[in-house]
Amino acid sequence: MRATSARPDGEPDLLRFTTAGSVDDGKSTLIGRLLHDASALYEDHIEALRKTAGRDGSRLDFSLITDGLKAEREQGITIDVAYRYFATPRRRFIIADTPGHEQYTRNMATGASTASCAVVLIDARLGVLTQSKRHGFIASLLRVPHLVVAVNKMDLVDYDEDVFARIREEYGAFATRLGFADVAFIPVSAREGDNVVRQSARMPWYPGRPVLTHLENLYIAGDRNLIDFRFAVQRVVRPDHTFRGYSGQIGSGVVRPGDEVVVLASGRRSRVTRIVTYHGDLEYAFAPLSVTLCLADDVDISRGDMLAHPNNVPRTERTLDAMVIWMADEPLAVRRHYLVKHTSLVVKAACAQILYRVDPNTLHREPAEQLGLNEIGRARFTLFRSLHVDEYRRNRTTGSFILIDPLTNATVGAGMVTDRVSAAPPGAPREERAASRDITWQTGRVAASARAALLRQQAATIWLTGLSGSGKSTLAFEVERRLVELGHACVVLDGDNIRHGLNRDLGFAPTDRRENIRRVAEVARLFNDAGLIVVTAFISPYVEDREMARAIVGAERFLETHLTADLPTCEGRDPKGLYARARTGALADFTGVSALYEPPVRPTLALDTAGRSAEECAGEILDLLSERAILR
Amino acid sequence: MDQAEPDGRLMRPPSPPDGETRVRPEGYALSVLRTLEAESLHILREVASECERPVMMYSVGKDSSTMLRLAQKAFYPAPIPFPLLHIDTSYKFPEMYEFRDRICREVGVDLRVYRNDDAIAANANPFDLGTVTCCGLLKTQGLLGGLRLGEYDAVIGGARREEERSRAKERVYSFRDRHGQWDPKNQRPELWSLYNGKVFPGESIRVFPLSNWTELDIWRYIELENIPVVPLYFAAERAVVVRGRQFIPVGVNTRMRAGERAQTIMCRFRTLGCYPCTGAVPSSARTVREIIEELEHVRHSERITRVIDHDQDGSMEQKKREGYF
Ligand SMILES: Nc1nc2c(ncn2[C@@H]2O[C@H](COP(=O)(O)OP(=O)(O)O)[C@@H](O)[C@H]2O)c(=O)[nH]1
Repeated sequence: MRATSARPDGEPDLLRFTTAGSVDDGKSTLIGRLLHDASALYEDHIEALRKTAGRDGSRLDFSLITDGLKAEREQGITIDVAYRYFATPRRRFIIADTPGHEQYTRNMATGASTASCAVVLIDARLGVLTQSKRHGFIASLLRVPHLVVAVNKMDLVDYDEDVFARIREEYGAFATRLGFADVAFIPVSAREGDNVVRQSARMPWYPGRPVLTHLENLYIAGDRNLIDFRFAVQRVVRPDHTFRGYSGQIGSGVVRPGDEVVVLASGRRSRVTRIVTYHGDLEYAFAPLSVTLCLADDVDISRGDMLAHPNNVPRTERTLDAMVIWMADEPLAVRRHYLVKHTSLVVKAACAQILYRVDPNTLHREPAEQLGLNEIGRARFTLFRSLHVDEYRRNRTTGSFILIDPLTNATVGAGMVTDRVSAAPPGAPREERAASRDITWQTGRVAASARAALLRQQAATIWLTGLSGSGKSTLAFEVERRLVELGHACVVLDGDNIRHGLNRDLGFAPTDRRENIRRVAEVARLFNDAGLIVVTAFISPYVEDREMARAIVGAERFLETHLTADLPTCEGRDPKGLYARARTGALADFTGVSALYEPPVRPTLALDTAGRSAEECAGEILDLLSERAILR
Repeated sequence: MDQAEPDGRLMRPPSPPDGETRVRPEGYALSVLRTLEAESLHILREVASECERPVMMYSVGKDSSTMLRLAQKAFYPAPIPFPLLHIDTSYKFPEMYEFRDRICREVGVDLRVYRNDDAIAANANPFDLGTVTCCGLLKTQGLLGGLRLGEYDAVIGGARREEERSRAKERVYSFRDRHGQWDPKNQRPELWSLYNGKVFPGESIRVFPLSNWTELDIWRYIELENIPVVPLYFAAERAVVVRGRQFIPVGVNTRMRAGERAQTIMCRFRTLGCYPCTGAVPSSARTVREIIEELEHVRHSERITRVIDHDQDGSMEQKKREGYF
């Protein structure tokens, strides 16, 4: 890359977080304390504080720092989202301070929409309230990846560990159903400053970090989607006949000159020739940079079109299913017309159906005719022109939209695109998501032994694990070929193939990766139940995930096979040039280079593929199958 | 092959419990300034594409200078597609007029200047009227007059949320009614980076592309980008008169109060407005780098040098309600 742009320069990065709590949980005090103790307050602001008599009289009332508007100061409540800025040497922070009253759900959603982390306050004396749960639910609905639960006013419960532990247990059980990447519980006293910026000496039983240190260390680089290239064209730039470019902000993914792109909606293809910026052309660009792209061909492109890589495109939809947060007094109703603003496109839409409303306190779904102010539900919209969307859980940019009332021009709702087939809201409890709780296991009448006799084989799953380039896919397909040749029934589950269909809704966030392995294991198990031999080809670098797969498939059928080819060998092969990109830093967290591979401790079989042919290695696997009397 | 899909690119969960910090991936890291810049460029392109008659306020200060550069970048290699509007109170520092004309010539923009000539003819001045009334006439009324004249439906301003308490709640797209007034209770929810710029005739949107920038970000960006700024920002020996905690520069029309006399001190301006009402701060910072170093240790907000903000409690909010930025 030329010039100064976008190269890492060792500067601090930016973390946006949002705060939520019920009235008087001490949210304003916590923020004030955070700003004060992190020395982010100016003297004149502190002086203004001293002048205003604090609500509780004597001491500095930190909450007044953030209660911005006059009306709020008079009523003593926070009524709108306020943004605060502060920095430490490690990070720049933007706080979206949102009020916690029920009627202000929309504000919390607003704050959460751009946040990487949500800080939810719980008053230690009151414990977990329905509102605390609602805050967690809204944060999860907007896919805020990280959650911090600050248990406040510990000073009023004598800094008692048990009080904290009870809240952690109760809220923890609830939060695990919401799909956060991580959840941290921190006992604090905002008023006294315990565990806000400095570690509290009064809670020696708490081994973790204070709130600020935790926020400074949150790992957020992995939250961005750098996989799926999406570029919504904002403007066509044509200063004269010699230049034609398309300006926009990269919504997700990475782009380089030479990349083939497809233009949606037209479907025309072309190649990126230049990435133009004021400072010069870039070698590559990634989300969320704002750039201008030039293409090799003179294709017809206008504002609202989307560019993507041809092998990885968004869904083109005339019908939109989405979770909706309603923000207007006039309810969302079927047959009403709205404008949908999605990326740089505004289209007319009609509400076709309201599938259900979610009770944010219990997460239960209930039938609904309409959605009122601050209500959340799932709805279907018919679009007058197609949009190019991704599921929100996979892509915050192409999965989000707002609804505008064409009669008033007001923003009346916010939508998050869901998959059309799945019926449960994101964040619904597991048991609701997978199946309703009253589905019980039905037992068939065909014994495994009968199937084994029919197919002349015992079912088994050969789970290949190893570095990228260790030969998993090649070997898997070779084993399959040999087995079928011998008259056996075998199927390969390969990473790419699975992600095209079954797992196409999954991204690369840690939870999604684990889910990827879980589903593959479940599918392997179903094939095994049908009597087939399964070969899987996934890097599956973590012991924990492979153990989960073993548990699902059944230990007796699970043949863990480690392809031990060492890093230099795999890197030397590098069939897709991935190592090369990882080495230059262009691919983050690449197993073997910048991410860990945990080798199996006691694999069923360890195969060194270095210097050996796929046939040779497949032979060893077949020998094993014979040895174990899997083949007859 | 699973290598083809990025299954190898593992983004494992954050913050290991043992207190170890993870190394951030290098190749895709984005600095604070470049993140803010990307957001601002997106906003500027949205306004220019969606609104019919946008205009960018140009007040000659550091925020305006930054905005001007961002606008150049947003539309490069095309020229800036909207005009710049300067509301001139006639009380700006001479250096500001000189700088304004030079920069606008160099960048090649369509600069429009508007003054509330009626009020100026009636001798509106802060010495007799007081800061609040004078600002109301020359700035707020001047602004509204200038906007009416141009029939602009989108007005891009350089305000930052960090500046003042009531600004902290300002949207990036701030809706104004037919009278240019701001109703804090009636603002549109703003989620993600999806801005609603729809207005009916007569209504308008104020757009703040620098919403998320702080004063320090501005100066760091000015340094990074080598953006020219008015020399008044740099420390020099200047004649001032001390009023309370303010150092008010002595200009042609300055009226000395009883017992006051001018003195020369080493100072600079943190914000630029009208010379009778803009206080200087003692400083020896002569370069952008020195200003940054000074700000890294500064204990007062920049607004303290604006007389207007201190006149009444909640005065900024009041001004905004009336139509000020
Ligand atoms: N004892 C104690 N009081 C607190 C603490 N945090 C906040 N408060 C008090 O609780 C009240 C409500 O706090 P405030 O920050 O305004 O709550 P908000 O409505 O969530 O913003 C105020 O009187 C605070 O002084 C704390 O940690 N300990």
